[in-house]
Amino acid sequence: MMEKKNSSWFFKGMRDGMPICLGYLAVAFTLGIAAKNAGLTPLQAGTAAFLTNASAGGYAGFTVIAEQASYIEMAVMILIANARYLLMSASLSQKLAPDIKWYHRLLIGFDVTDEIFGVCIAVPGKLKPAYAYGVFSVAIPGWAVGTYLGVMMGNLFSPSIVSALSVGLYGMFIAIIIPPAKKDRVIAALIIISMALSYAFAAVPLFDGISSGIKVIILTVVISAAAAYFFPVKEDRDAA
Amino acid sequence: MQHNVYIYIAIMAVVTYLIRVLPLTLIRGEITNRFLRSFLYYVPYVTLAVMTFPAILHATNSIWSGLAALVVGVVLAWLGQSLLTVAVAACVVVYVLELLIV
Repeated sequence: MMEKKNSSWFFKGMRDGMPICLGYLAVAFTLGIAAKNAGLTPLQAGTAAFLTNASAGGYAGFTVIAEQASYIEMAVMILIANARYLLMSASLSQKLAPDIKWYHRLLIGFDVTDEIFGVCIAVPGKLKPAYAYGVFSVAIPGWAVGTYLGVMMGNLFSPSIVSALSVGLYGMFIAIIIPPAKKDRVIAALIIISMALSYAFAAVPLFDGISSGIKVIILTVVISAAAAYFFPVKEDRDAA
Repeated sequence: MQHNVYIYIAIMAVVTYLIRVLPLTLIRGEITNRFLRSFLYYVPYVTLAVMTFPAILHATNSIWSGLAALVVGVVLAWLGQSLLTVAVAACVVVYVLELLIV
């Protein structure tokens, strides 16, 4: 197979980043409204969004600011809201070539979001840093600018546009997990089981007190561990 | 005691960054343990599936438009359509359906 050039990986990343950018733009407005309620200026909120690139984490942070809670509480809240990124980054570490330069690891680590993790995992073979940077180049401005504008003027889009754009992010998740499921029955079964258990978790009132971030972690660890135990992957499976 | 908003933002940024960058920098090279390799191999599919459903039903103004987007997305992805096509189709389905039913 011919190696693609860095520039073409970058542009492919930009293309895959476009739906992320639009979805972020729509979702970030509501984050901006939360930031405004916490008393932040547009620039402060935009900076926070640019530096964190996190939806649940952002909300959690702005809630802490609104309550003027302690700095320790801020650190703990952010840790809980974003802990799933520990798992995603660990998984992504296996998608990087072992000899990749250290500064690429530091840069890629800046923006491991649900959506960007998804598209990075979906590229064939090892992840080229240029692809990730292409995605970042459109996704990060979408998030930061959306938050900034959300503080400044509330929601610019009508509810029907926000509704449509926010579902686009889930459409991406579907586009990422379905093609491998077609080739691998274990993955297909895992997706069905994951969705069923996630639905059950959301429906049982007993679990209402658990934050959605923690629910995602618990389900991911339990289901993936069970799958790894019963269906360990063959040595060459993820080398493709 | 009055807290400084910039210190708050700095804590948000630093904690978030550490969570993301530590696994990427500490786990160098390929993990050889078969169980761990398999676990990390399955994580993306499980976690994205868990985050998609049932959340997609509540991301929209109507459960039915969310469900329609899910079905259309799965069918198009199964037929091998690109990421962008699937994402845009999901948006269009929701937008059109909500014009009709909400």
